[in-house]
Formats: sequence, C-alpha cells, structure tokens
Amino acid sequence: MLKLMSQIPIADYTDTFTKKITNAFSFLFDPIKEHFGNMMDFTSSSLSAIPPVVVIIIVAILAFFLSGKKFGLAVFSIVGLWLIHNQELWDKLMDTFTLVLISSLLSVIIGVPIGIWMSKSSIVEAICKPILDFMQTMPAFVYLIPAVAFFGIGMVPGVFASLIFATPPTVRFTNLGIRQVSKELVEASEAFGSTGAQKLFKVELPMARQTIMAGINQTVMLSLSMVVIASMIGAPGLGRDVLSALQRASVGSGFVAGIGIVILAIIIDRFTQTANNKNKD
Amino acid sequence: MHEKKKRKGGGMPIIQVENLTKVFGKNTKQALKLMNEGLSKNEILEKTGSTVGVNRASFSVEAGEIFVIMGLSGSGKSTLVRLINRLIEPTQGSILIDGEDLSKMDKKALRKIRREKLSMVFQRFALFPHRTILENAEFGLEIQNVDKTERKERARKALELVGLNGYIQQTPSQLSGGMQQRVGLARALANDPEVLLMDEAFSALDPLIRKEMQDELIDLQASMKKTIIFITHDLDEALRLGDRIALMKDGAIVQIGTPEEILVNPANDYVEKFVEDVDRTKILTAHHIMKRPEAVNIEKHGPRVALERMQKEGISSILVVDSQRNLKGYVTADDASDAKKNNIRDLNEILKTDIKKVEKDTTMHEIFNVINGSPIPVAVVEDEKLAGIIVRGAVIAALAGDSEVNMEHA
Ligand SMILES: Nc1ncnc2c1ncn2[C@@H]1O[C@H](COP(=O)(O)OP(=O)(O)O)[C@@H](O)[C@H]1O
Ligand SMILES: [Mg+2]
Repeated sequence: MLKLMSQIPIADYTDTFTKKITNAFSFLFDPIKEHFGNMMDFTSSSLSAIPPVVVIIIVAILAFFLSGKKFGLAVFSIVGLWLIHNQELWDKLMDTFTLVLISSLLSVIIGVPIGIWMSKSSIVEAICKPILDFMQTMPAFVYLIPAVAFFGIGMVPGVFASLIFATPPTVRFTNLGIRQVSKELVEASEAFGSTGAQKLFKVELPMARQTIMAGINQTVMLSLSMVVIASMIGAPGLGRDVLSALQRASVGSGFVAGIGIVILAIIIDRFTQTANNKNKD
Repeated sequence: MHEKKKRKGGGMPIIQVENLTKVFGKNTKQALKLMNEGLSKNEILEKTGSTVGVNRASFSVEAGEIFVIMGLSGSGKSTLVRLINRLIEPTQGSILIDGEDLSKMDKKALRKIRREKLSMVFQRFALFPHRTILENAEFGLEIQNVDKTERKERARKALELVGLNGYIQQTPSQLSGGMQQRVGLARALANDPEVLLMDEAFSALDPLIRKEMQDELIDLQASMKKTIIFITHDLDEALRLGDRIALMKDGAIVQIGTPEEILVNPANDYVEKFVEDVDRTKILTAHHIMKRPEAVNIEKHGPRVALERMQKEGISSILVVDSQRNLKGYVTADDASDAKKNNIRDLNEILKTDIKKVEKDTTMHEIFNVINGSPIPVAVVEDEKLAGIIVRGAVIAALAGDSEVNMEHA
C-alpha cells in the first residue's frame, strides 16, 4: 500500500552533499582545523599548567563574591574540585572546560547578533525560527557526523557540533528579550533622537540583559552536554572516560567520571546564574 | 492664575500642521479616498479594514503657547502627537517646524530636529529603569554626545527646576509616580527644546499630585516660555492649562479655540456634550456676564440727573464715575431725592463708597461670594476704571448654563 515509489535516497543525497561541501570548503575547513585546534590545545595546556590549588582558590573566591558573599557555592567548589583532583581527573576537567568555554563563547558571539537581527526584522525571525527548532530537536550526536566529515576528529569537530546544538537558546532569548522591551521605552529613546545603534546599546540590550543571560546560561549547559557526547569523535575530556568505561562495562570509573561532569555542570550553572541575578539589583 | 491664560498672541507659528493624516492598515489608498468622500471612521474600517488614526488635521501652534489636544480615548490624540515628531509616519500631510517640513526629512535631519527642537513626556513616564535619575535626565544630551561634565551639569539644572535635586542617585523605581514624572519632565527640559510634546503626561497621577503638576507646568511655562503641546482626555485639565484647545473626535479636529470659546460656543453637539458638565463657575469670568453700566459723572452731574436716570432705568441706585471713568462709588435713589429737595448740587455729599467691585477676570465662583448679600449690583473694574456691572440675575443665568452669556467682550 505505502509503496508508492521506491525508497527516496535521502541518505545518499546527504552523503553526496556533505562530500561536496567538504571538498569545496576544504580550503576553509583545513586551516580552521589546524589553527583553531592549535589554539585550543594551547588554551587547555595553559589551564592545565596552572597549579590546581591556585585554580581552586580563584574559583572559590569568585564564587564567594559572585553569590553575594555567601559561602555555599564557594565551599561546594572547593570540595567538588578537590574531589576531581583526588580522582586524577584534573587534566580531563581542563580539557572539558576548554571545550565548553570556547564553544560557549563562539555560540554567544554568533548567537547574540543573530538574535538582534531577528528582533529587528520579522522576516528574519520567520526564517530563523524553524531553523532553530530543527537545530534543537535533532538528536545531538547527529551533528557529530558532518563535524567529522568537515574537521576530522578531535576538539575542533566537538566545538563545531556544540555550536550547532547549543547556539539556539542564545539566539532565541536575545530575540525575545529585545522584543519584550516596553514600547514606550523604545519610543522614548527614539523621541530623543537616538540612532539605531544608540537605541540598541543604551536601551534595548541593557533592558534585555536579564533574558539574554538566561539564554546564555542554557547555551553553556547544552554545550557542556554536547562536549561530553563529542568524546565519541575523539574530543578529549571527562566524556572520554565515560565512553571508555562504557566500552569496558566498568561501572566504577564511569561513575567517577560522571560525578566529575556533574560537579563541573553545577559550578558552571551557578556561576552564570548568580552572575545574572547579582547584576539585577 | 488667570492672567497666565491670556493668549500669548502675536508670535509666529512654531508648528504648522497641514492636512495631517494617519491610516493604520494595508488599504490606505482606498481609505484615503473614502475619507475624502466624507465617510466616517467606522464605515472606513468596515469597508477597508483600515483604521483611521488621524483624519486630515490642520492647526498651527504659536511660540510660547500651551496648545491642548483633547478628546476621548481612541480619538487619535496619541497618534497625532506622534505624527508631530514622526514616531509614527504620516500617511499624508505635512508638519512644519520653524518652516521646515518634517514629513520630507531624511532620518538624519529628523534626528537633529528631535534632538534639538522637540522633546517628549510620556503617559507612563517611560523612564529607563537601568539608569539613575541623573542618568535618565541626561539621556537626551548623551545621545547628542554632549561632553560628560557639561551634560551632567545641565541634567542637574533641569532636575533642580522640577524640584528633584536630592534624588539624583536613586533609580526610578524608588520614586513615587509624581516624582517619576518630574524626572520625565526634567529629561525633556534638559535638551532645552523649543517644543514639549506631552502625551497625557499627568493622567497616571492621582488628582492632588496632578493639580500640583499642572500648576508647576504653568509656572515653568511662564518662566521658560516653552511651547507645549499637551494631550489630555480630561476637560478640566485642558481648561486649566490650555491657551487654546483642539477637540478631537474619531481622528478629526472638531473645534479649536480658547477655553472660553469652547465652553461658551461649542461648535457642535459633540463638543457640547463634552463640556456639558464642566463646572462653569471656574471658567467664566466677570467679563463674560457683565452688562453695560449705567453711571453718572461726578464732575458734570448732580443729584437731579442721577435721580432722573434711575427713574428712567427703573433702578434704585446708580454708579458714579469721574471723567476718566474711574469708579467713585454709588448713590441711591432715596438719597438723591432728599438731596434734590434740599437743593444740594454736589453728588459728593451723598456719595456712598462701600461699593463691591471685582476685576474683569474674576471667576464666577468668586463673584458668587461677593454678590451674595449685596443689595446693589457689583461693579466690574479694569485698572480702577468702570467696565461693567453684574446683576444677580446674570450670575444665576450663567450658572444654569444659559448660552445667552454675552461674548461680545471676549
Ligand atoms: N499601531 C496601531 N495600529 C492600528 N491601529 C492603531 C494603532 N495605534 C492606534 N490605532 C488606532 O488609532 C485610533 C487612535 O488611537 P490613539 O491615537 O491611541 O487614541 P488616543 O490617544 O486618543 O486614545 C484608535 O482607533 C486606535 O485603535
Ligand atoms: Mg493616548
């Protein structure tokens, strides 16, 4: 009944398409892979070079002041990070952190301007919305495949996959935040003769900051989850331990690496959230 | 307060609005055509799906006047005021400011006008919550890239003008509504604009604060000589503030005039309805209800002439003036008749000076108190010269809303 026609070769089409892109843009992908990869290696090895004690102290101090001189987050950071160090996962933590840091930064750098553009034009919004939905609902590891095709294995494809998966919340929330700025405030800034840029930077972005930060928080968390998955394509870090534990059915080491990821997630989440809340008042 | 209400006439129009129209919606051509055929806002909405915001408004505003635009909610006031600074793009028509057509300007020229000549005050204040009071007040200057110390100085001065110098480091949410609107006013004044556009600026305030703000606005206007276009849906406010009032209905201006003209000669039923329940005693003045006075000249006439006049007019007392029409007092018929019998020639001998008098611009409200308990008519004077008299009947008639109130003096 359903055999109206033979199977449409979507998979084949996609393969050919990806191959073509890879070949056509290899002049672009290859140098990105090389330079970007070097830069990331450099970042993570610099981070690893700092003595863990120093990192822990800095994080604790930051946590103390960011959370309004409360001890909770600071204590948690000290204990959590010490535990990771104790389990000899420190270097992997630094790798994972580098990946999250770089990919979230890129997501924000790309996402915020797109969000602004969407908020300024209903046409752009109408085009971007379904694309964002698509990007977010696609199972995360599907992105690993083109990432490998373009960039091979390692950190760079991990960042690429994370970028696609984690950018949408920043775009969405930026758009939303700017559209939510009260009409009277926008009118006020225009009535006094603002240029478009003055309106954006003096009124719209400051008013939308709260919302944009919420989006960025989501982006960071998504990129952490993606970075863990990216260990499947050779991204270094805590995820790789989980993966190898999985392959060897070794529950214990899988659990330890998992705990490390959770600790990192909690610290990052609280940091981005409290930074946001603190600026509110 | 009343002398401030006199027209500051003679000036050049600073704003001239010609045939200004706004149609919201897609089918503006069709809507304009129907509008010219005289169809109503509702008919146009039904036929085209487009809403008439402002319908061919024309008026001019003179430098230094408070021009009030009044109408019910939805009559197009906010749209009209936003057409003036082009926050809303006009569908047709022109807006001349100092002779320059705003509707034809490019963005840059328009920004310049907005920065230098037009400032706006908003109904719900529209202060920037992420900025302090001082930073709010300096916003307009910051936009113009005025040097930091200078703009802080000017913003501070503007805040001082509205009585807020103590609050500059607070944020808007820490201030009461009345104070927030003072900040709104200071923000508008800091630019030193020629024209203030105020869209229902006091409507969100409670009545007492509102009165206070109205008085302060009148004082500010008197000292700074700004031109103010003030939007309101409240007739009392319009009458208190306006040098002239434009009444809007369904996007069109139905009448423009001084408060007195609008009250006394409403252009049509709509305006009449609007003004029906205004307290006329606060608006009408002696000048509107006085009559031509009967008087005798103390330098020429004696008791005999006075008595004759009184008998002829059927009155029991008559006012006495000198040759310059300075009011001297009055004489009664009884005294005049006695004087005639006793052969007294000089009116001075029977002159009574306990006369009740009011100024030409005394409101009826006050006249009422004066005339109550006065057996003789009240004299109306202008610079001590006799201008008219008010008899009790006229006061009652005016209170009853009798449109016979005479306007030939106006
Ligand atoms: N952006 C808009 N889109 C469509 N219709 C509008 C818009 N703004 C105002 N209107 C309509 O224009 C008319 C005048 O509105 P407005 O100027 O806000 O009146 P007012 O300020 O006197 O209450 C109303 O019928 C209103 O529904
Ligand atoms: Mg309005």
